[in-house]
Amino acid sequence: MEKILEVKDLHVTFSTYGGTVKAVRGVNFHLNKGETLAIVGESGCGKSVTSNAIMRLIPDPPGKISKGEIIFRGKDLTKLSEKKMRGLRGVDISMIFQDPMTALNPTLTIGTQLKEGLQQHRKISSDAAEVKAIEMMDLVGIPSPKERLKQYPHQFSGGMRQRIVIAMALICEPELLIADEPTTALDVTIQAQILELFEKIQEVTGVSIILITHDLGVVAKIADRIVVMYAGKIIEVGTKREVFYQPEHPYTKGLLNSVPRLDLQGEKLTPIDGTPPDLFSPPAGCPFTARCPFAMEVCDKVYPTGTTLSETHQVDCWLQDDRAKRLLATTAATTAEK
Amino acid sequence: MNEKILQVENLKKHFTVEKKQVLQAVNDVSFYVNKGETFGLVGESGCGKSTIGRTIMGLYEKTAGNVMYDGRNVHELTDKEKFGFYRNMQMIFQDPYASLNPRSTVKEVISEPMEVHGLYKSKRKQLDRVYELLEEVGLNRDHANRYPHEFSGGQRQRIGIARALALDPEFIIADEPISALDVSVQAQVVNLLKDLQMEKDLTFLFIAHDLSMVKQISDRIGVMYLGNLVELTASEALYEKPLHPYTKALLSAIPIPDPDIEESRERIILEGELPSPINPPSGCVFRTRCPMAMDICSIEKPQWQEVEQAHYVACHLYDHTIGNRDPVNT
Repeated sequence: MEKILEVKDLHVTFSTYGGTVKAVRGVNFHLNKGETLAIVGESGCGKSVTSNAIMRLIPDPPGKISKGEIIFRGKDLTKLSEKKMRGLRGVDISMIFQDPMTALNPTLTIGTQLKEGLQQHRKISSDAAEVKAIEMMDLVGIPSPKERLKQYPHQFSGGMRQRIVIAMALICEPELLIADEPTTALDVTIQAQILELFEKIQEVTGVSIILITHDLGVVAKIADRIVVMYAGKIIEVGTKREVFYQPEHPYTKGLLNSVPRLDLQGEKLTPIDGTPPDLFSPPAGCPFTARCPFAMEVCDKVYPTGTTLSETHQVDCWLQDDRAKRLLATTAATTAEK
Repeated sequence: MNEKILQVENLKKHFTVEKKQVLQAVNDVSFYVNKGETFGLVGESGCGKSTIGRTIMGLYEKTAGNVMYDGRNVHELTDKEKFGFYRNMQMIFQDPYASLNPRSTVKEVISEPMEVHGLYKSKRKQLDRVYELLEEVGLNRDHANRYPHEFSGGQRQRIGIARALALDPEFIIADEPISALDVSVQAQVVNLLKDLQMEKDLTFLFIAHDLSMVKQISDRIGVMYLGNLVELTASEALYEKPLHPYTKALLSAIPIPDPDIEESRERIILEGELPSPINPPSGCVFRTRCPMAMDICSIEKPQWQEVEQAHYVACHLYDHTIGNRDPVNT
């Protein structure tokens, strides 16, 4: 499989009055061509910072990509000039944000906004851009596109606005689409419509998608692979089935257990006790130690070396280390003898 | 056992907006809440669920109908009566960032209602009660002198809960109490609410848009659409056997965190958008998006009726006076 994007040892920090926040601390992952990769985690885990770093949208200062590489089509994005980066954004890599109202300019018609990107990046006449804009509106399922091009964002509902934002993101036919919580602000019935649309556009255009979300239901529906983040680190990566059915990191397990299931009857929810660590001074060891029911002495001191469970499944947890397994086996054996 | 503590009868709440248009936020809604149960009210944004909560609290004047609490009409209380009345009924709000005064310490936030009602003569006793409440909601007494910004979202919501409990109420209206929180923290807060209910015999009106969480906590659930209650029944029955086409669509739209189920599931995708409550459709409000809509749906508003035991629905498909027409062929 061809890798379209590779992120290597990415570190992002923010300098604030109170100190330096280490928001992303050494993140490694890749994206295969044509797949949907979901980055999941709770607020403050660094998932949005990671995706903003790929787009080079980290405000500097206070933010900074302090270390690492982001390889997109053989080029390291962290080293590109702002001018070159501008030529890339919206053309090769596009982004969709959570709130469709703030992503659109309220004073311009939808048509102007749809055509703008195309006319900026390609030498194309206004008429040709309009044809393309109508084609995109049709693709994202907006009825009577020709008339609606003349309308303003406030004349559209939330779901329709998100469709327009998607059309805008796709109009230059990017290879990579980053969607940051694209359905979080929408009602469930509208969310269902938008998720169907994502599947459709991927089928039609073959675009690779990075989906950032906290909703595991959405992930179960449209992701191929999943990256689980916690306190600025990737703690587990795997295919959708590996992460849902054979999760190995206690945080991933905890996350899956704390979600209420519509299809299961009334057992009590099992929350993860405690709160994530402060990223001003993240712990030296595994950041989940304080909340982990299986924490060992080593966990607090040394960050676990990653364990490869399968070609696609990696986890950062000391419990997966051979020594821990041997220890657990002997403890189990002695308890059995007693 | 099933003592009705709250009864809402044909409640209407209309707002007058620009150009003398009328926004029909809540239309003819009737339901009751039994003592000690959790009643869930779900629906998508703009369906009127929060307006109902606020009208019950008396934060909004009603337009028509009645809200009876413990046999008394909430909207006919004198100011003096109201004062005593709200000791029994408290509210928890959605946004734990906006609902706590940033300039008050946690101690001040929680003791304010006690002071207003003059519950304790000695400061010492009042402070002891504050400590006790903090411990009940899973915080500790060291937190009493801190300010809200020093806490995480989940902890702030616990402070909001402690404040609501300060007057030992019987009835709590929780308006989207967990939707601003992360999933692992949502579970913490939901479990806390359940435990408190057991200990103190509380009655909850739980308003939320997240049906999977509402099902988890509620005994009975009412589903709302565009200011109308469309279906009401026990929470298992609602999931096992939804009757109203909107409930069916809503249930099928919620993604389940299980890839196998998710990939094999048949989904009812609702076409179109929510109509405006300023000019709602004639007849049944859901007919413009309903996959089963019939001719009668645009003419006549469906009656609110008990189709099966304790299972209420407002839909012409279950209206026997029209005759058992096959809904697919009509």
